Amino acid sequence: MSVNQQAHTGPPYGQPQPGYQGYQQPAYGGQPLPGVPQSQYGAYNGPMPGYQQPVPPQGSLRAPPTSGAPPPASGASLPSGHLAYGQFGHGDVQNGIPASAAPMQRPPASQSFLPGSAPTPVSQTATFQQYGPPPASVQQLSNHMAGMTIGSTTASAPSPAGLGYGPPTSVPPVSGSFSATGSGLYTPYTASQGPSPTSVSQGLPLAQPLFPGQLMSTQRLPTQVPGFAPPPSSAGIGPSSYPPSTGAPRPPTMPGPPLPGQTVAGPPTSQPNHVSSPPPPSTMSGPHPGPPMSGLHGPPPPTHPPQPGYQMQQNGSFGQVRGPQPNYGGAYPGTPNYGSQPGPPPPPKRLDPDSIPSPQLNELPPQQKPRHRIDPDAIPSPIQVIEDDRSNRGSEPFVTGVRGQVPPLVTTNFLVKDQGNASPRYIRCTSYNIPCTSDMAKQSQVPLAAVIKPLATLPPEETLPYLVDHGESGPVRCNRCKAYMCPFMQFIEGGRRFQCCFCSCVTEVPPHYFQHLDHTGKRVDFYDRPELSLGSYEFLATVDYCKNNKFPSPPAFIFMIDVSYNAVKSGLVRLICEELKSLLDYLPREGNMEESAIRVGFVTYNKVLHFYNVKSSLAQPQMMVVSDVADMFVPLLDGFLVNVNESRTVIASLLDQIPEMFADTRETETVFAPVIQAGLEALKAAECAGKLFIFHTSLPIAEAPGKLKNRDDKKLINTDKEKTLFQPQTSFYNNLAKDCVAQGCCVDLFLFPNQYLDVATLGVVTYQTGGSIYKYAYFQLETDQDRFLNDLRRDVQKEVGFDAVMRVRTSTGIRATDFFGAFYMSNTTDVEMAGLDCDKTITVEFKHDDKLSEDSGALLQCALLYTSCAGQRRLRIHNLSLNCCIQLADLYRNCETDTLINYLAKYAYRGVLNSPVKTVRDALINQCAQILACYRKNCASPSSAGQLILPECMKLLPVYLNCVLKSDVLQPGPEVTTDDRAYIRQLVTSMDVAETNVFFYPRLLPLTKADVNSDSLPAAIRNSEERLSKGDIYLLENGLNIFVWVGVNVQQGLIQNLFGVSSFSQISSALSTLPVLENPFSKKVRSIVDMLQVQRSRYMKLIIVKQEDKLEMLFKHFLVEDKSLSGGASYVDFLCHMHKEIRQLLS
Amino acid sequence: MATYMEFIQQNEERDGVRFSWNVWPSSRLEATRMVVPLACLLTPLKERLDLPPVQYEPVLCSRPTCKAVLSPLCQVDYRAKLWACNFCFQRNQFPPAYAGISEVNQPAELMPQFSTIEYIVQRGPQTPLIFLYVVDTCLEEEDLQALKESLQMSLSLLPADALVGLITFGRMVQVHELSCEGISKSYVFRGTKDLTAKQIQDMLGLSRPAVPIQQGRPLQTPEQPVISSRFLQPVHKIDMNLTDLLGELQRDPWPVTQGKRPLRSTGVALSIAVGLLEGTFPNTGARIMLFTGGPPTQGPGMVVGDELKTPIRSWHDIEKDNARFMKKATKHYETLANRTAANGHCIDIYACALDQTGLLEMKCCANLTGGHMVMGDSFNTSLFKQTFQRVFNKGFNGEFRMAFGASLDVKTSRELKIAGAIGPCISLNAKGPCVSENELGIGGTSQWKICSLDPSTTLAIYFEVVNQHNAPIPQGGRGAVQFVTQYQHSSTQKRIRVTTIARNWADAQSQLQHIEAAFDQEAAAVLMARLGVYRAESEEGPDVLRWLDRQLIRLCQKFGQYNKDDPNSFRLSESFSLYPQFMFHLRRSPFLQVFNNSPDESSYYRHHFARQDLTQSLIMIQPILYAYSFHGPPEPVLLDSSSILPDRILLMDTFFQIVIYLGETIAQWQKAGYQDMPEYENFKHLLQAPLDDAQEILQTRFPMPRYIHTEHGGSQARFLLSKVNPSQTHNNLYAWGQVS
Repeated sequence: MSVNQQAHTGPPYGQPQPGYQGYQQPAYGGQPLPGVPQSQYGAYNGPMPGYQQPVPPQGSLRAPPTSGAPPPASGASLPSGHLAYGQFGHGDVQNGIPASAAPMQRPPASQSFLPGSAPTPVSQTATFQQYGPPPASVQQLSNHMAGMTIGSTTASAPSPAGLGYGPPTSVPPVSGSFSATGSGLYTPYTASQGPSPTSVSQGLPLAQPLFPGQLMSTQRLPTQVPGFAPPPSSAGIGPSSYPPSTGAPRPPTMPGPPLPGQTVAGPPTSQPNHVSSPPPPSTMSGPHPGPPMSGLHGPPPPTHPPQPGYQMQQNGSFGQVRGPQPNYGGAYPGTPNYGSQPGPPPPPKRLDPDSIPSPQLNELPPQQKPRHRIDPDAIPSPIQVIEDDRSNRGSEPFVTGVRGQVPPLVTTNFLVKDQGNASPRYIRCTSYNIPCTSDMAKQSQVPLAAVIKPLATLPPEETLPYLVDHGESGPVRCNRCKAYMCPFMQFIEGGRRFQCCFCSCVTEVPPHYFQHLDHTGKRVDFYDRPELSLGSYEFLATVDYCKNNKFPSPPAFIFMIDVSYNAVKSGLVRLICEELKSLLDYLPREGNMEESAIRVGFVTYNKVLHFYNVKSSLAQPQMMVVSDVADMFVPLLDGFLVNVNESRTVIASLLDQIPEMFADTRETETVFAPVIQAGLEALKAAECAGKLFIFHTSLPIAEAPGKLKNRDDKKLINTDKEKTLFQPQTSFYNNLAKDCVAQGCCVDLFLFPNQYLDVATLGVVTYQTGGSIYKYAYFQLETDQDRFLNDLRRDVQKEVGFDAVMRVRTSTGIRATDFFGAFYMSNTTDVEMAGLDCDKTITVEFKHDDKLSEDSGALLQCALLYTSCAGQRRLRIHNLSLNCCIQLADLYRNCETDTLINYLAKYAYRGVLNSPVKTVRDALINQCAQILACYRKNCASPSSAGQLILPECMKLLPVYLNCVLKSDVLQPGPEVTTDDRAYIRQLVTSMDVAETNVFFYPRLLPLTKADVNSDSLPAAIRNSEERLSKGDIYLLENGLNIFVWVGVNVQQGLIQNLFGVSSFSQISSALSTLPVLENPFSKKVRSIVDMLQVQRSRYMKLIIVKQEDKLEMLFKHFLVEDKSLSGGASYVDFLCHMHKEIRQLLS
Repeated sequence: MATYMEFIQQNEERDGVRFSWNVWPSSRLEATRMVVPLACLLTPLKERLDLPPVQYEPVLCSRPTCKAVLSPLCQVDYRAKLWACNFCFQRNQFPPAYAGISEVNQPAELMPQFSTIEYIVQRGPQTPLIFLYVVDTCLEEEDLQALKESLQMSLSLLPADALVGLITFGRMVQVHELSCEGISKSYVFRGTKDLTAKQIQDMLGLSRPAVPIQQGRPLQTPEQPVISSRFLQPVHKIDMNLTDLLGELQRDPWPVTQGKRPLRSTGVALSIAVGLLEGTFPNTGARIMLFTGGPPTQGPGMVVGDELKTPIRSWHDIEKDNARFMKKATKHYETLANRTAANGHCIDIYACALDQTGLLEMKCCANLTGGHMVMGDSFNTSLFKQTFQRVFNKGFNGEFRMAFGASLDVKTSRELKIAGAIGPCISLNAKGPCVSENELGIGGTSQWKICSLDPSTTLAIYFEVVNQHNAPIPQGGRGAVQFVTQYQHSSTQKRIRVTTIARNWADAQSQLQHIEAAFDQEAAAVLMARLGVYRAESEEGPDVLRWLDRQLIRLCQKFGQYNKDDPNSFRLSESFSLYPQFMFHLRRSPFLQVFNNSPDESSYYRHHFARQDLTQSLIMIQPILYAYSFHGPPEPVLLDSSSILPDRILLMDTFFQIVIYLGETIAQWQKAGYQDMPEYENFKHLLQAPLDDAQEILQTRFPMPRYIHTEHGGSQARFLLSKVNPSQTHNNLYAWGQVS
């Protein structure tokens, strides 16, 4: 806990902040020379505090720390003030970025201040910029400034300062961003902040310029930066029209730039602002060099597809400086800011279906494009977006101090510094700006959802949530809504009471928790208490939070092994037993404990169950057979669940004997429900929570409760009865699941089917208890052993909480209404999970039940009560603050498409349980069309109906949605079994955003392009067959499988190096691992594969696919931009379809 | 009457039979007026040193409804090689093997001294004896340890080829598989759920998966002892294994919270034991030996809940109809007992606990199957240890004193019918012409099954004379009864013992004195007592006493000589003289009086009373009291408080207890240490004499009696004082006998 405190220095900062909001801006704006203090502020502000008016204090504190990252290992988050500066530079950048988002929201305030200098809305940003300069002392800043300089040239005073800084070499990207911003003010911050969504949006518009639609953009162009060419954002799919000509027109509007921009922004949508940037387009057309900016701003820009466009602009303006940084959106963001500074509306993307979209890539001369068909390169590319985001936002930590800032994409590697909001690793939202009213929400059709991964694993550089102990009385909570103490709680009356940030109820501060407030109204111990300064932390629960008012015992793991004929014959039983012998030493343990507190038990079963007494005092294990499967019970208490170390020899003896004992078995029938019941009863008897690891091979047809029949019937596909394939065939398992949840019995299922075994039914309990299913069809020891063992190891070792209850509290005005994931709900608010591991995700949908206010924003608090693996009862709290908007444009500008897809996929996958798949698919398409239509109608500038305009943040929505629609669950191919579909359906339901992202849009890496001398991955390419070259080898991964595709014309040398065979024809597609060969290429490929394996929660199956081989069919299934064999539309087709739908809605 | 006494004794020695009347009244009416029914005590396997069994099949009457065995009473035509059945008068050919028969070359069964004869026959495969231990693990550590030791010890006492099995129970029931090496396996059952035999066999994997196996191996023998051998293994093969297993037996691990009884699934355990044997070894000799340390507290057959605050039912509760579980539990055990009996197995109950263990409910298991019932305070007492050891005692010829699966078939001549039997048997429901409509005891049949018996097991069999009043005394003047007992000898041989007896008829009106003289008052007392006890099981205590009283009065009225209104003129002949005294003590005995006894104790006493032979029964009815003093050799004295004298040592044997009581003076002497002084060696001898005698009794009795050594004023003296006739107490000196 104390870590944070180092921050003593912090306070000073903090103070300033408050001041800021109001003052600073004006001051700065006016004077380039902020006194020393200013500099300080700058620093602070930079961090975000300043911006976030709502939560100023926190922001400040943390910001520094995060930036400080380098310095103190300790709290990383709270570096000393001075350091802060230094760090600042870095930190700022980061912070800045987020801040940018904030600025958008604030428009009002900013406006007042900045009037002169910058476009009103952005005011905040402006302030930053200003600060930035002053503090200039810091080199880093300078960097930004560099960017600024550029901007400055164009427009306002700040620029000068910027120039000064310019020199610094620091982060190039940043500079880039600045430049974009044009206005000197922003530069520094914008760079950082700018990137925020807004910028992105702008970027898009830029793209548009190319198209006829550009008009819109042009309007906005008003921004000062004429220099920039409104890069025809990639997004802008507009017809080939880019013709510079269009660009021309814009300029005119541009002129209005500075001021006009403001005006525009104010009222309608921010778009205009964005547009502003575009004007430059014409100019930009030149070289791309510009990219630099993109780097900085980049973050938001993810949208950038337009990048190319930008680059151009930038180039125009900056040319050289940016050169280094590749083209990007970075630029855009910047630009947008300029123009609209305020909240540039999301740059819409336009696509004229009939016409050919403009090529995004700079290389492609727009004009050259034929108009007859849509150029796949012109439509938004996920790869591009991902790359942009990665380069723009990957380099700097993401500091969470600012309300409503959109985090980097899940595909981007970034560090997170907790300054009052939960890390995006814990919570991601579909939108970080929520409509104030339900009408708006309905109109937009954008689902408001949060994807929560309460126990997410953090990278080693980030600090785990601190554990707070409030003593016997337990965590301090609001009297009315029971929300837990968090950074958003407002202390009043000198600290004697606090007002709940969720329900506004005023609660007495318990005497032991009392603390004086400083002059800013902040508690003096603010930095000492994680629950006051951090977004995520844990409370030690008191006995009141425990079941039956008793502190829990440490949980138990029970291994339940199918020993029927199939399992024994395939060698599975022996394999499991061998593995367990060593695996048991790696049970999860808490922190620095010497040994795991988890006890283990063993059961084998076929038609009957065998329990084992492995009490340490026994010389030999004892087997107890329970054949009364109709009425399961646990035959022993003492000696069933044991400490691994104490019973080591007995367990080893048991594991040695199990394979022998059943070596001659002829029993082929199995039971299933009784197995779970047995585990459940065992845990009940031991009065603890725990996890069952069930290794199962066949459909349970033996006479017993939960007996199943083979009901697989592929003829049902595409009929009204198709849904029955996803439904359990008996409600028995639902009831069983309920009991399991009540006891905290989580079930993990490892399936080894050789035929249909009804995953839909078997998985019910697993699913509802928060467990995982692993499926190894046609398990063969040689090929699947590694995969299974790796999965098993990971599953056993991973961090897990038990007997968990999660509740999401929200500000008055919205309410969590729907939940998706692997859990059970006995009422409408509490998500109950028998077990919750670090990979499990819960998606929560919110609906309005009242109005939200723009001022206070919307807060989420996710409280998870669980039992740790050492048996400690804890509460993990994640807080997240979101902005609220009254302009739809703000909503669209702050969306997160990956999260949206995560939600939509889960929603659809649940839908198939109750509706025909067709209905579900149509509903998805329809919703998506409505979202986009609403944008077009309300946020985009008028343009020809033939143009498809996509919000920058959502430009990938169509392609991703198409992937969802084409997925095995919603549109199965002939080779997909019913079990596979059920399996995937359940799998997706608890996936986090990163997993759904790669699952729906697999990663395709050209291995032959990999640099064998570096650690990096080759740049991914789009999932389309036409991107594959016969002479190359590719790797495709979707989180479940890794395909290595080998073209027919691949150089023999490569084949030799990778497969150790001399020709293409000799490559065996039966390989399940790559041969270990001592050459750089082989090493590189294997290291890539290993790296990917580590990233995923499951060990992926490696499949070698030779071009023109039978297996290629399977592989092609994952080339999701192409037409699929099962009838799924290609990306381009779907985009056109989408466009039609939108037009229909609009007309 | 010496002759009659001798006759009776001689008959008993030879045939193991004692009739209440040794001359039978020839008419039904007269017979009923005799008050004491015509009945006998039969000890089917009475040990006969001088009776070598014959190694051939008995010759049976060819009439299907008769099938009596050729006996010395039959008329034989040696020339025609024919014999006439003395029961149905059917004339039968001798079988070919008897071709050489003649007056001088008679088969044993025709010789008069072989009125009882034993055949060894070859029937079916010989299966080894089976012993299935059903062990309660809800015991105190010390008790469990003692029990484990006893069980381990018992392995060495079993016949080497006997099959043993082990079931343990507590909250769960575990059937241990004995065959496996390494890991020890057991099948576990929930203690709360009753299972059918079929289910049990399925769950134990004993049901034969007929189809697949036969297809695979058509040559498989129909006999599949292999299957069952997982749970029942020959002792010699697995005694080490089993010894270890027993050694590792732990107390039931389930926690018992304060104020609760441990959950004990006796009902299910028994059910599983029964089911196991039923499926695998029907109709072979098997003993299920239940060792329990407390009442069943859950599942079918539970006798009391697990709340300690609700005590187990008492007689008071039962009278008030306040014993919640009694009826259901009794029914459960009765069903089990009947199934067991139908399979020819038997159930022993060894219940050792300070409180009751539910014997009342479980008694039928032992009663109907001929099993033993032993009640003690703890398994860690010599009472249990030695009693248990004695189960495996061997007889004079080195054979175990146990036999299994016996069926007793009674045949009578036409003037008699069979009214019923009382003893450790169940009816086989064999209706026939010789079965009376009036039932006494277990009636309505001429055959009973006795699943387990030993040489002392004694049944009471009641007859009815059906000869009409006016009919003449039957031809030949004798009535005959034949007892045919088929059983599995402990050596696993099948044997048949046939006892044929005949008694004279007499006309009660003209020859009453003959009948009177031939009255066996001891047998009659026991037979009446059995009837009374049998009634007491189902009727209210006072009713039974009243019935007994009335019978006594009627008997005295019939056979006593007196002048009206003159009590002092009352005389009974010598052959009746002791009978009233027996009845007096019977009334006071725990068999009929439940006061001061728990229901379990009553059941226990009654169980033993219904199976012991005449001598032991008499001891139970009227305990024996011996006096040792310097005044003469030990002598039996009246069971009366007047027998308690300061200078006497008394030895009382009540069958269940042996009490040695030192008179006041003797006790003082002993305290003074006179016995240690050489000059008072005779005193030492005096003290020693009753100990030796007691030891002798202890050595032979089963179950081992409780041994009490006490003295005047000792607290344990109550055992003696409660038995003696309280003729002298502080306030009613000489009051007894007065009609008040």
